[in-house]
Amino acid sequence: MQELRKQGLTRRALLSRAVAAGALAVTGAGFIAAPNGAWAVEVRNVTEQQMATLLQMARDIYPHDRIGDRFYAVAIKGYDSPEQAQMVAAGIEALDAAAREAGFDSYLGAGWEADRVAILRSIEESDFFQTVRGGLVTGLYNQKDVWPIFGYEGESFSQGGYMYRGFDDIDWL
Amino acid sequence: MATAAKFELTDDSVVVIIGTGAGGGVLANELAQKGVKVVALEAGGRYLPEDYINDEWESFGQLAWTDPRTTSGDWRVARDFSGLPAWIVKAVGGTTTHWAGASIRFQEHEWKALTTYGAVEGANLLDWPIDHAEMAPWYEKAEAKLGVTRTGNFPGLPGNNNYKVFEAGAKAVGYSRVSTGHMAINSVDNDERPACQQTGFCFQGCKWGAKWSAAYTDIPKGEATGNLEVRDHAHVARILHNDEGRVTGVEYFDKDGNLQFQAARIVAVAGNTFESPRLLLNSASSMFPDGLANSSGQVGRNYMRHTTGSVYGIFEKPVRMWRGTTMAGIIQDEAHHDPSRGFVGGYELETLSLGIPFMAAFLDPGSWGREFTSALDQYENMAGMWIVGEDMPQETNRVTLSDTVDKFGLKVANVHFSDHPNDVAMRNHAYERGQAIYRAMGATRTLPTPPYPSTHNLGTNRMSERAEDGVVNKWGQTHDIANLFVSDGSQFTTGAAENPTLTIVALAIRQADHIAREMSAGNL
Repeated sequence: MQELRKQGLTRRALLSRAVAAGALAVTGAGFIAAPNGAWAVEVRNVTEQQMATLLQMARDIYPHDRIGDRFYAVAIKGYDSPEQAQMVAAGIEALDAAAREAGFDSYLGAGWEADRVAILRSIEESDFFQTVRGGLVTGLYNQKDVWPIFGYEGESFSQGGYMYRGFDDIDWL
Repeated sequence: MATAAKFELTDDSVVVIIGTGAGGGVLANELAQKGVKVVALEAGGRYLPEDYINDEWESFGQLAWTDPRTTSGDWRVARDFSGLPAWIVKAVGGTTTHWAGASIRFQEHEWKALTTYGAVEGANLLDWPIDHAEMAPWYEKAEAKLGVTRTGNFPGLPGNNNYKVFEAGAKAVGYSRVSTGHMAINSVDNDERPACQQTGFCFQGCKWGAKWSAAYTDIPKGEATGNLEVRDHAHVARILHNDEGRVTGVEYFDKDGNLQFQAARIVAVAGNTFESPRLLLNSASSMFPDGLANSSGQVGRNYMRHTTGSVYGIFEKPVRMWRGTTMAGIIQDEAHHDPSRGFVGGYELETLSLGIPFMAAFLDPGSWGREFTSALDQYENMAGMWIVGEDMPQETNRVTLSDTVDKFGLKVANVHFSDHPNDVAMRNHAYERGQAIYRAMGATRTLPTPPYPSTHNLGTNRMSERAEDGVVNKWGQTHDIANLFVSDGSQFTTGAAENPTLTIVALAIRQADHIAREMSAGNL
């Protein structure tokens, strides 16, 4: 998790500065963070609101209820760059416009996943959506720390393979 | 290899082989063993078991051919992976580092597809100019070389968890031809390589060397004769010829990017089914304006990729399919020809597994939302199989030169593919059977998964009796140019239902025998 800066912030300090945005805290202080202060992502080139929107988008595109926000945050952190800022701003503007057409204040303002997914479906042909979705395929699923959540064991050669570690241990057939 | 040869660029007595995989790597060693001097030019680098990586994307970055290619046609790969029509390897040893090891012979009738199936509308079917009896001894040599299980004295491999689900399901639906198959994976220590340790990651290069790969068998053995020089990072640009229409050598970019010319007595092209026709087409000259060996107009045509697809099943309890041999077993009950099923030709079902990173990329490319992620959430409880069936050669499925150029300024291959109705009917049949197998074992959900970027790439320089029907004769020698050969899977007249490597190896051993004999006789 080296991409995430651990913040020495108290829960109260965070919450007091937070603007509600789904499960996230958008602090307005140059980073977004978990409400309990467990992790935070610094933003320099995009706004806190934009990063929070990207994070919710990532969750809605590939929702895994046992995978915490911090893994999604790692996957989208790269959009906070001078090269990507314009693409992100324009993409989220279009996303929020689609949300308003669907009767919500913004994408983040839609409380139910099904509503947000419907908004995403309406823009899924856009370059912005496809860029974010495509990036997540490796950005999320190639994080070694998420593999155990799926039960996947990764590298095995250094442990001698599975010859003596259960390659044929299925017991329910 | 202290004894590895070094030949002069001007030495026109050498056989130049382009590519070092199942075709080129084996041909190089077989010729070297017979005392023929060989220069093998390999576009990729040299990696050995200690270099291979048990990590799907990292390994892909190390081994895969990711130079630009373009795609067209209605296959889904052209939409989902437009720059990656194939998942094959750019390295010494070629795709034998990546292959899963399945080593099965063609069925007798598959050498004679046109005769057996009859004309199929829209298909460019043809009989091979060789047959089952002629190939039998070469298959025997290939099986011995590769240490194929259940041939000679090699026992079968043990079945892993994925196989056990597959086998039980096969028997439950009434299949009987199910086993851990014929694999070029050591079931016992052999050829100074250890037995399989059930590590998984067969696609990423076997770190034990238990799976046969030319990279650490035929290549070093050939080099040890003193007759073989392998130049890696050598990207061939063009094959040159003289006024008599005989090839004289090849131009290639060396590891420093400098253009070199290597003279040759014979040139053998073995760059796999995209690069081989690309090279012949890029070698067009005033004498051969349509490309070398292309008087038939068949260079690049009849591209086949096998009718593939996968089926994954999700069960109530864990399977952990990734543990052990990736391709751990085979069902052959649907491999025969039986047009009552609604298609000609047959298909094999073989176990397969992907890790989480590749499962996310390939399960249903482009898909998102809970339908997709709820399947991945059950990864631990998944079993998987792959479909390998005979697809129809079509003249319009072809490799042509793209307007895109590579870093050397050479036009890259455009790969055009659309399914034939026979391919679609076969795939749908296989999807149904695969799902039935898993449902019989209590699967709560089954996933008929689209084909991945192709690993079986066949047919773009096909073998034919008559010069007007194909590119090479029964020896892989081009009809048009006597000292120009094709030595890879692009020779395939038709694809058969079987994984192609064993047949590519058998053809290469046979071709080496022919070339050495013709050289001795002064005919080449």
